[in-house]
Amino acid sequence: MDNHFSSADLEFQQEVRAFFKSAYTPELQAKVESGEDHKSVAIEWQTKLNDQGWFAVDWPVEVGGTGWTPVQKFIFETERCEAGAPDVVPFGVKMVAPVIFTFGNDEQKKRFLPRILSSEDWWCQGYSEPGAGSDLAALQTKAIKDGDDYLVTGAKIWTTYAQSADWIFCLVRTGTFEKRQQGISFLLIDMKSEGIQVNPIHSIDNHHSLNEVVFDNVRVPKENLIGAENQGWTYAKALLAHERTSIAGVADSRRWLREITDLAKQQTNYKGKLIDDPLFQTRLSDIEIELMALEYMELRVLAKLSSGETPGAESSLLKIKGTEIQQSLQELRMQTIGAYSGSLHLDNFESDLHRRGSNSRRAYMYGRAATIYGGSNEVQRNVIAKAVLGL
Amino acid sequence: MNFEYSEEQNALKESIVRWAQDNYSFDQRRVGADSDNGFSQDHYNTFAELGWLSVPFSEENGGYGGSVVDIAAVMEEFGKALVVEPVFPNLILFGGLLERSTNDVIKADLIPQIIDGSLMGAVAMYEPQARFDASNIATTATEAGDTYSISGHKSVVLGGAHAKKLIVVARTSGAQTDEDGLSLFLVDADASGVEVNAYPLMDGQQVADIHFNNASGQLISDLGNASLAIGEVLAIAHVALSAEAVGLMSVLNRTTVEYTKTRKQFGVTISSFQALQHRMVDTFMSYEQAKSLLVGTLVELTDDRTTPERASKMVNALRTLIAKNGKHIGDEAIQLHGGMGLTDEMNIGHYHKRMMMINLMFGDGDFFQQQFNQEAYAS
Repeated sequence: MDNHFSSADLEFQQEVRAFFKSAYTPELQAKVESGEDHKSVAIEWQTKLNDQGWFAVDWPVEVGGTGWTPVQKFIFETERCEAGAPDVVPFGVKMVAPVIFTFGNDEQKKRFLPRILSSEDWWCQGYSEPGAGSDLAALQTKAIKDGDDYLVTGAKIWTTYAQSADWIFCLVRTGTFEKRQQGISFLLIDMKSEGIQVNPIHSIDNHHSLNEVVFDNVRVPKENLIGAENQGWTYAKALLAHERTSIAGVADSRRWLREITDLAKQQTNYKGKLIDDPLFQTRLSDIEIELMALEYMELRVLAKLSSGETPGAESSLLKIKGTEIQQSLQELRMQTIGAYSGSLHLDNFESDLHRRGSNSRRAYMYGRAATIYGGSNEVQRNVIAKAVLGL
Repeated sequence: MNFEYSEEQNALKESIVRWAQDNYSFDQRRVGADSDNGFSQDHYNTFAELGWLSVPFSEENGGYGGSVVDIAAVMEEFGKALVVEPVFPNLILFGGLLERSTNDVIKADLIPQIIDGSLMGAVAMYEPQARFDASNIATTATEAGDTYSISGHKSVVLGGAHAKKLIVVARTSGAQTDEDGLSLFLVDADASGVEVNAYPLMDGQQVADIHFNNASGQLISDLGNASLAIGEVLAIAHVALSAEAVGLMSVLNRTTVEYTKTRKQFGVTISSFQALQHRMVDTFMSYEQAKSLLVGTLVELTDDRTTPERASKMVNALRTLIAKNGKHIGDEAIQLHGGMGLTDEMNIGHYHKRMMMINLMFGDGDFFQQQFNQEAYAS
């Protein structure tokens, strides 16, 4: 037993660390933290990553990716969080691209992948529907053949950044079979198409990132179909498994824990420092000890991945524990900061504490989504019950 | 990066699994556990023959030279089999302090006897007023010619009922709660001035309160300087108990899942109810957390880059989590077994009682979490 990286991996770690130090400049950091003009700031950061060749972390080399090992990806992600740098917007590079390069044809790869790499195309995900959430196979958006096209009618919901997306990748129903999972196809739809309406959904974080996307006889050329008709469920499932492995968020949680600990050294409680309050200490260590366990859970999965095993229900476990820890940290961060955590201000802050307070409110409120998206934690428990416990 | 036991460690584990399958069913175990002795000397002799008792001892003392990972590998399997024979008090506590003794003659004499199974020893350390504080020692030792004269009261001495030799932690200087001023003494259990009041614990351990009244003891540590050795032995003991607890948890979970697949109510097996499935997923996650933190602790304790502060943090975190998750798993096992969970004939109650006893040994969860807090946060 040991937790040592190879010397090559340690060199890689140094290289990544140095990159983040020079590339994630204070100016960029200020823009990210202001929360303004999310899209252009994200494009600026993603372009920097792409110039370095480190944007498409999960892609194979042949299609312009890094071809990194699981350990290299882990190191990259850890160093990114240590540097406080933002994650990339996942819908293009992490979500649709793997489906395109795995199941798409050469023409589709040539057409879409370069524009994802350059952040020219902005994607959103059309899976959930008003009547199909955790039970995704209940989806009813229909795509009916009409000559060389499909006509798509229906509605997608919880579509993050649909308001600024150029494309949406959708699961649509193209056939009716006894098994609901059959008859679903994977379709790429231009958001500028006639008949698409984006209705904003304002969320409890007083922000607009979610939308409903309504399709009314939207004409989609059949060259936008990925793989074979009625096989879309298989492609999407491969993608969902990926979504779950990156969801534990260990390195991000560690950074939050550090921030809370540092804040608690400055904040007071009665006549002493908050960090010396035994009740506060216990709330903090409840979380830290779980996080220490999660770190080794993730490393154990990583070691398995490195030796060629594919992760199964472990990703469900990481998702449940990871998101529970994130939410506990979000709550404790608000309490540590105090009443500023209720602030709705997005600029003109009284102080750094005021800014952190407002951020912590947004993080807490939107953070409720983490136990819901990517397969709710209850659905993950069903997965573990079936796959691991044989129930 | 590798978080699995080595081939040798797996072979060691496998030998315990095979022995337990053939010789240590729940009913076979009870023959020894329910006897006056409280365990089976025959089984204990088999442990010696199979070499398991040599694992923690250094090669120069005739042992296997095992690391804390080897110890954990053995203890995890002993936990699964719910071994009641007093391996832990004899090897990890008594043997551990003996190995750190400054008296080479005594080491050379006694360690081989532990390894061949002929000697039972115990460590008399904790006292009634001290609860979990290992340095709150009122027992005193004063020089009396070539030996020392020891007086005091030691409580819940693990292995104390059978021990022929005792290592007594006694104060030779300083105030009652000082870490300095503690020394180790070897005392014959049948010496004059030693009164052993034996009683069983709920997990089947045969322990004793021991009263020393001017009993004669031989100094086996540097005078007044035993706290380092005690700390080292306790750290290994914490990991050993945690490994045993992880073994207990795995059996509690497995047994409970199997039970719900056979128990029928409302015309179906109760494993089909989502309310119960999710509870079993939660206990599975509790186990995976504990196992992962155990592995992490083993990896870091055997890494020479690990600072003493980090090692202490890992051990305190581990025992805090083991206490919390062990109780969670044990309580749920009983609840999901329903009325059957309360019966003495089912093994899960016995596993749970061992789990609860581990959570009272050398500290409970709050005790370890408070130490964690002190070291990690206090300004």
